[in-house]
Formats: sequence, C-alpha cells, structure tokens
Amino acid sequence: MIEMPIIDAQKCDGCGLCVNVCHCNALALIRKVITIIETVKCDWCTDCEAVCRTGAIMCPFEIISQES
Amino acid sequence: MTVQLDFLKRIPYFSGLGLADLESIKKLVFERSAERAEMVVLEGEPAANLFFVASGAVRVFKTSAEGKEQILSIVRPEESFNDVPIFDGGPNPASARTMGPVLLYGIKRNDMEVILGNHPQIALNVVKVLAKRVRQLVSLVEDLSFRHVISRVAKILLEQTKGETGHGPRLTQQEMAAMAGTAREVVGRSLKELEEQGTIRLDHHRIIVADKEALQKIMEASA
Repeated sequence: MIEMPIIDAQKCDGCGLCVNVCHCNALALIRKVITIIETVKCDWCTDCEAVCRTGAIMCPFEIISQES
Repeated sequence: MTVQLDFLKRIPYFSGLGLADLESIKKLVFERSAERAEMVVLEGEPAANLFFVASGAVRVFKTSAEGKEQILSIVRPEESFNDVPIFDGGPNPASARTMGPVLLYGIKRNDMEVILGNHPQIALNVVKVLAKRVRQLVSLVEDLSFRHVISRVAKILLEQTKGETGHGPRLTQQEMAAMAGTAREVVGRSLKELEEQGTIRLDHHRIIVADKEALQKIMEASA
C-alpha cells in the first residue's frame, strides 16, 4: 500500500493551496474538500502540510531504528 | 485577467480603504504569473517590486555560502513579500520561489511611494504588517541562535525509538516543532542537517535512526 498524507475533512476549508503545491498531483479538490488520488505516488515532500492554514493535512513520519 | 478589487480589499495593506481609493491603487498594480519552482525574487538583487500572492504559495528563504536553505516564511494568498527593500531602498534580503503555479499582484517600488503619498492612511497598515513580520523573524532568530533545536530534535527521535517495538507514534514536523518548542521550518532544517551528518536517513514517510550513538552525542551537546 502506498503511504499517503492524512486528511481531516472537518478541518479542510477547501482553499486548495495543497493541491496547488503538490508536484505529484496526488491531491484534488472534490466538492471543496481535499481528496487523495490513491493511484499517484506521493513523494512525502510535506509541502501540502506546510502550506495548510487549518492543519487539515498531515504527513506524519514513522521514526524507527535502523536495526528494528 | 484583471486585478480584482475584492481581492485588493482583503490585502492587509489596503484594509479599511474605500472603493475610490482601491480603484486608484488598482491602476498601479500589475499581474504576474509564475510556474512551479520559479524564482520570483533573488537575494542581493536590487529590489524592484512589492508582491502580494493572489493564488498559490511562495517560499521565502535565505541561502548559505554552502547552498543550505533556511526558510523564513511561506507566503499564502493575501500576504505580501519583499516588503522591506521596497521601503528601505536596499537589495532583496531573501529569495522567493514559487511552491506551485502562482498568480502574483505586484507594485513597483516608485509606485508604492506614490500610493503612500496619496493614501497616507495605508501607513498604519504597513506598520502593522512589518511589525508582525519583525515579531516572526525575532522568534526565528531566537530559535536558530539560542535554542539548540537540533539537540532537541535528536532527543525526540531517540525517545521515539526506545522501547520494545523500536518505534513510537508517527509524528508530523509540526508536532515535532511543538515538542521542541520551535517553528516547523527549524525542525525541517534540523532533520536535513542530521541527514547530512549521516545520523538519520529520510526514506519517504520514515525517519530511520542510522547512528544512535552520534544522535545521543548531539542530544547531550547542549545539555
């Protein structure tokens, strides 16, 4: 499964800034709510999270040890 | 496309102005479109224009002699950038690059002087915008100068890899910033620095701690 950013539709105000900055085209604005295009591979640049004013999109990192 | 009055009204610089004032300002505003990753302002160059983001987002940053970038701010719709050199006449203090396709509204330096002369009530708005900017930059200076953020980020990473499973809950850069008491931009820079030192590896959505001992030393360096 491709790991994708997490969207909180309740917080999304539909401004579309994350769609604008996503260079993978992994995001779309559908009925004014951000939606993930699951067939597109996200490169985890986290720009969508950085531009979001409402904290509606998150790119969390899994932090692991090399040996685990 | 023409410059929209409704949009001008929402720009903090022009807050409280009447329609007639906005109409006269509109004549001095020009549009500029830019593609993704286009440099719209270059650090050190003579300042020509003040810009407002109409759509899209712009990253304002400084570059070190070694080519490392420090993000100063992300400019979103209705916000401005390159304000300081427009008023002090100096060169651009930082560079600005678009994060996606962007529409900008620009005002030439000389035209901004005309606007301020004709509409002196704008001056207070400008002071408020610049004061907010100074506050944000002072906070960034504090983080970069005194707070040893990198050691706190190292501590967070080490704590997450403790325990039987070797990993903790997933964390966003925003959450790490809140835990380290700093800005997201500073966490991003710290992670890059740790990656360059070889203590961690960034692999898509994973931060892999590659050298625990080195990370421990970084954590203890400012303890």
